[in-house]
Amino acid sequence: MATLWPFISQMNPDASTIAAGAPIEVDLTPIASGQDIKVFWRGKPIYIMNRTKKQIEEARAVPVASLPDPATDQSRVKDGHDQWLVVIGICTHLGCIPIAHEGNYDGFFCPCHGSQYDSSGRIRQGPAPANLAVPPYQFVSDSKIQIG
Amino acid sequence: MSGPSDYQPTNPALKWIERRLPIFGLVHSSFVAYPTPRNLNYWWTFGAILSLMLGLQILTGVILAMHYTPHADLAFKSVESIVRDVNYGWLLRNMHASGASMFFLAVYIHMFRGLYYGSYKEPREVLWILGVIIYLLMMATGFMGYVLPWGQMSFWGATVITNLFSAVPYVGDSIVTLLWGGYSVGNPTLNRFFSLHYLLPFVIAGVVVLHVWALHVAGQNNPTGVEARTEKDTLPFTPYATIKDLFGTSCFLLFYAWFIFYMPNYLGDADNYIPANPGVTPAHIVPEWYYLPFYAILRSIPNKLAGVTAMFSAILVLAFLPWLDTARTRSSKYRPLAKQFFWVFVVVCVLLGYLGAQPPEGIYVIAGRILTACYFAYFLILLPLLSRIEKPRPLPNSIAEDVLAKSGGKAVPMVSTVIMLAVAGALFAGSAQNARAEEQQTPPSQKWSFAGPLGTYDRGALQRGLKVYKEVCSNCHSLSYIAFRNLADPGGPGYSPAQAAALASEYKVKDGPNDQGDMFERPGRPADYFPSPFPNDQAARAANGGGLPPDLSLITKARSYERGFPWFIFDFFTQFQEQGPDYVSAILQGFEKKPAGVTLPEGTYYNKYFPGHAIKMPQPLTKGQVTYDDGSPATVEQYSRDVTTFLMWAAEPRMEARKQLGLQVFVFLIIFTGLMYFTKKKVWADAH
Repeated sequence: MATLWPFISQMNPDASTIAAGAPIEVDLTPIASGQDIKVFWRGKPIYIMNRTKKQIEEARAVPVASLPDPATDQSRVKDGHDQWLVVIGICTHLGCIPIAHEGNYDGFFCPCHGSQYDSSGRIRQGPAPANLAVPPYQFVSDSKIQIG
Repeated sequence: MSGPSDYQPTNPALKWIERRLPIFGLVHSSFVAYPTPRNLNYWWTFGAILSLMLGLQILTGVILAMHYTPHADLAFKSVESIVRDVNYGWLLRNMHASGASMFFLAVYIHMFRGLYYGSYKEPREVLWILGVIIYLLMMATGFMGYVLPWGQMSFWGATVITNLFSAVPYVGDSIVTLLWGGYSVGNPTLNRFFSLHYLLPFVIAGVVVLHVWALHVAGQNNPTGVEARTEKDTLPFTPYATIKDLFGTSCFLLFYAWFIFYMPNYLGDADNYIPANPGVTPAHIVPEWYYLPFYAILRSIPNKLAGVTAMFSAILVLAFLPWLDTARTRSSKYRPLAKQFFWVFVVVCVLLGYLGAQPPEGIYVIAGRILTACYFAYFLILLPLLSRIEKPRPLPNSIAEDVLAKSGGKAVPMVSTVIMLAVAGALFAGSAQNARAEEQQTPPSQKWSFAGPLGTYDRGALQRGLKVYKEVCSNCHSLSYIAFRNLADPGGPGYSPAQAAALASEYKVKDGPNDQGDMFERPGRPADYFPSPFPNDQAARAANGGGLPPDLSLITKARSYERGFPWFIFDFFTQFQEQGPDYVSAILQGFEKKPAGVTLPEGTYYNKYFPGHAIKMPQPLTKGQVTYDDGSPATVEQYSRDVTTFLMWAAEPRMEARKQLGLQVFVFLIIFTGLMYFTKKKVWADAH
């Protein structure tokens, strides 16, 4: 078994790939309220959304138990920075990139098979099983985040 | 093949080898003297066809690998280089791509033959299971092969299929990371797929050796399902089966050549002529046709893990056939109920394939679920049930008797098949009104000089189109796969090498660094490519309101529209492949006043034929904009036609060579097939 391990382990991401996937910093100042940007980290698209008050209220008004993948909006954002939603823009169904500011919930709409996410990135209808993943990130300052 | 052969070659040199390595005896006993049932029909030629296709795929594949670069930044371009610059590269690429489809077509016919005639039954269970293993290896090989050109469909198909493994509980995500070699499908993924795509066909070849060995131990099945007992039942493989296989293979090659030379993109997806872009998901991700039934099964089940399990089970269930169908009678010829349900099953598979290509909405979802249930019911409920309750018809006493007897009465019209065809018809009729038709206006069909088997490029149109490109389109759109030397190539605009060089020198090209380490500008040379109007994509976007004007080299192959049923069937016979040019010229002429009640996003323009109707490009062509030297009318309609013809040439400069060689190959193959037919008839004259 020990002799087999190097042959399997070599398939995992190599050192340069891991290094290229090191954390990145994103400046939030250019993103106005209601706008969003897409950055790439570790080859994945990440939506950074500056939510309007209306979007936050809509997300928080939803009864959590009724969600296919229950989660509170508060658990998906950082305390004191509630307007900022940072999610990986990969549909949890089969991996397409959902379109921001589309669909019935003012969230995301995936054109591949019709999954719809709300303004908290939570799955509301369609075949996707889970909410849009939240990547590891923290606020370096009020206007800058580090992803990864 | 049981035990060492007692064959002795007469030639002394061969005798010398035979004593040390009895290879001639092996070949003789396996493929010359080997007793084969005398009543085999043409469904039995597909084994030989498959061996040929495996050989051809390996040969063309190894050759393509000499020119292909398996790196994410270079792969797409290397494939275009093969098609444009490598001698007969276009032929090798078409053979390999169409060959994959032919390989799968042959394997499905081969498998359906096995299903119908009970070739999986005792004592051929291991033979059958080896076949299932070969099939699985083929699917893996085909999947990885399709990723290699690194087009949009390559990348996104790879993303979807590798993501399936995340359905495995607990270790799913680790497995996917291991497969990717990174955090998403990327260069490590492409590189290892190339390595494995090169490896697996040789693994397949090894399993095929086992498959043929297992076959020779049991002997071949035959349409009656009654085993050969005496010499009267069989004929030596050579010349009888050999010539029959040669004839069958020749017919198959004609069909194959139709795709290689005349319909190379019919079975492919236009999106794969767009380089892979991890940031843009195609509107419809569709696998190659041979995966469609399984894709339909996957999508039918709303739960991710259940869907993945169902998809793999749909293939694995085949391995259990010998134990699901335990009926004593082998051949469905003598099983009236099994025969009917077999054909129903065939229609189920075809319909599942059709559904796999449709968007998962409305009636398609319901139909998919019903047909998935039918698929599994056939194996898990029906066949075991029939084994118990069916009364088979009496079997002939021997193969020889079957051959001598007059052919039986007409088959009773199969009620269930009629019902299935009615269901299929209803589905297709329903699809004619489906929502997808509203997404896109069908572009009007134009007459193109390059359409059809004898089509050529109109030189005048190519030269005028070049002028339109240079004066209008090149301000925003690059043409990076066309070099100035291509303008003097045969089958193109027909400029002389001097003219092409003169045209090249009109351009300024960046070169360097010089000995001082500085970049400098120099006049273009024939070997240079048309320069891009912008230094990079970001500059292009900044100058065009955020939109990226696509490179036009492949645009007429990268765009298409739904032909719908039944047109896509007629297209196969009429060789219709002009969806791209029809679309491009429709866009150029499709700018209209925005209809009332329609809101367009900021910075877009209304275009009748653009999906969604909001295009970022303003109307590029206006009357009188370009003055033609040959006096052709300076109308938008003329400009569109000419520049589209030019762009079709830019997308496929070798088209005329392809069609010319195609004609020669067809004439040869038709004559050869005819010769094989008459030879076969002569050889078999005394056997019937």
